Amino acid sequence: MATVSLKRLTKSYGPVAVVHGIDLEVADREFIALVGPSGCGKSTTLRMIAGLEAISDGVIEIGGRMVNDLPPRSRNISMVFQSYALYPHMTVRENLGFSLKIAGAAKEEMDRRVAEASGILGLDQLLDRRPSQLSGGQRQRVAMGRAIVRDPDVFLFDEPLSNLDAKLRTQMRTEIKKLHAKVKSTVIYVTHDQVEAMTLADRIVIMRDGFIEQVGTPDEVFRRPQTRFVAGFIGSPPMNLHEAVVDDGQLLFASGERLPLPSQFKANVGTGDKVVFGLRPDDIYPTGHGISSGEDVDVHQVELPVTVTEPLGNETLVFAEFNGSDWVSRMLNPKPLKTGDRVKMSLDLSQAHLFSADTGKTLRG
Amino acid sequence: MDQNSLHRVGNKALRIVHGIGLFLAMLVICLPGIWIVLSSLRPTVEIMAKPPVWIPQQLSLDAYIAMFSGVGQGGIPVLDYFRNSLIISVTSTVIAIVIGMAGGYAFARYRFRAKSTMFLGLMLTRTVPGIALSLPLFFVFARLGIIDTHFGLILVYVALNVPFTVWLIDGFFRQVPKDLAEAAQIDGCTRWQAFWQVEYPLAGPGIASAGIFAFLTSWNEFALASQLTRSINSKTLPVGLLDYTAEFTIDWRGMCALAVVMIIPALTLTFIVQKHLVGGLTSGAVKG
Repeated sequence: MATVSLKRLTKSYGPVAVVHGIDLEVADREFIALVGPSGCGKSTTLRMIAGLEAISDGVIEIGGRMVNDLPPRSRNISMVFQSYALYPHMTVRENLGFSLKIAGAAKEEMDRRVAEASGILGLDQLLDRRPSQLSGGQRQRVAMGRAIVRDPDVFLFDEPLSNLDAKLRTQMRTEIKKLHAKVKSTVIYVTHDQVEAMTLADRIVIMRDGFIEQVGTPDEVFRRPQTRFVAGFIGSPPMNLHEAVVDDGQLLFASGERLPLPSQFKANVGTGDKVVFGLRPDDIYPTGHGISSGEDVDVHQVELPVTVTEPLGNETLVFAEFNGSDWVSRMLNPKPLKTGDRVKMSLDLSQAHLFSADTGKTLRG
Repeated sequence: MDQNSLHRVGNKALRIVHGIGLFLAMLVICLPGIWIVLSSLRPTVEIMAKPPVWIPQQLSLDAYIAMFSGVGQGGIPVLDYFRNSLIISVTSTVIAIVIGMAGGYAFARYRFRAKSTMFLGLMLTRTVPGIALSLPLFFVFARLGIIDTHFGLILVYVALNVPFTVWLIDGFFRQVPKDLAEAAQIDGCTRWQAFWQVEYPLAGPGIASAGIFAFLTSWNEFALASQLTRSINSKTLPVGLLDYTAEFTIDWRGMCALAVVMIIPALTLTFIVQKHLVGGLTSGAVKG
């Protein structure tokens, strides 16, 4: 069990920097998710922690010990690869016990630990099979088993679920969460899927172009995004984001339409400021079809034409036109709507976000 | 006839044509071999007969008996030639495989300057016909005093085989996912252990086929060996075939018998190794 600490961690390939001096402290037994779009440097960061990628500058500490130049085997970590990376010429048992064999463990010790790991993951029946005889989900489980057997200080996961189909992914997600509850070690989990990050992690690190945009609990990054990028990246369907200019206590959109300036931002902006206005689909709803706590709400109503609806059963996503583009809203207890219907929408401005159009940073005080 | 039976008849006809085609192809491939074996057992009159005698009238092992009867009794130093062939082929194959593994692995796994140029250069060496090298090689070897030595031929065969073994083995290492070696390193292996424990076993069948290839090239090579060998010190079996040619005659039967003796070890080796050439060993390693 160990902490992980990254200090000014940098990675460059020749003149091209892909990770720009990031700092991160991971607490003991914490589950951290690194999330971001392709090419944001999250996998590179993970591979640097693993020792598979040399670092260009900065410091990596695991359990308070600097590991910058240590080979992977000396870092006491284990890693689950996106591709599973099972040894195809070995049975499941040999795959699980490989690290112990290399370490020169006694046969009894090996059997005991393999049995323990296969028990946790339900692999008992599969021990004598080869990876080619396993399904995707089973292979994934073996890959996790191989990681558990090592009893590492830190678990590293590199997009472990992205090769599974949607149903299996949800199932394995739950298993990973249970696994963490059982083995209680530090986990660093890389994914591009924000739902995985939100559901699994204690804290989420959102990366973009080799920089950390925000670090926070799932609730923090969802409710208090620090940047326009985070606001757009976290949440599904994504937040509605539209540029506007502050004009006399109102937000003036390009189309000429106006919304009142949410009161929580009044102190921080002035007339003429260019801003980006953000509102989650949950905070826009056909009047009478949303959830409002009833406290501190600042509901503004507008009538908008419906362009498309996407029924999901328990709710319907309604796309309505405002400021020349579609704004997505969430309609609970849905009733049928047709394209062109004019619907009275409630916008809960108390939940609105405002970002600087120049820096992309939040304007929340 | 309805559409279904039409297709059924069509399929049947296609199968028959397929069978005939296969038979003809096999005939073309196998006939020379069979003819050599038959010729080694028949008297010269029958071999030289025109029109050819298809069905052998009399078979005997005389040629084989004569071959091993020693010089002066129609025999040739076949055991010496065999020993030379074996030493030269095995040694040059082992060296070519070792270099091929190192080179192939480097080309498959590492990035370095002028990599593709070097690879191309290696391949280009093969565009030079072997026989064109024989005279320059002869001069150089004569100066170095390594004509008629095992060492000289081993050197030549290693040089001939290395580009191919590098190229073949590079391809096989490329098929082994990089993740596997990385996973092995995380599991506690050094880079070296990861290679021997994971990457080598998976590329093994490919390395074995490169080995067969290199061995057969050395075992069967004639042009250069005939220039660079002189005596029983280093003459190989293909060069030994020339012992059956005299000023005015060629002993076709003896030559065929020696050819059969040459083929047997090569065939045996290929059979032994091909059992291990199980394809698809890497399946299941990564999401396929």
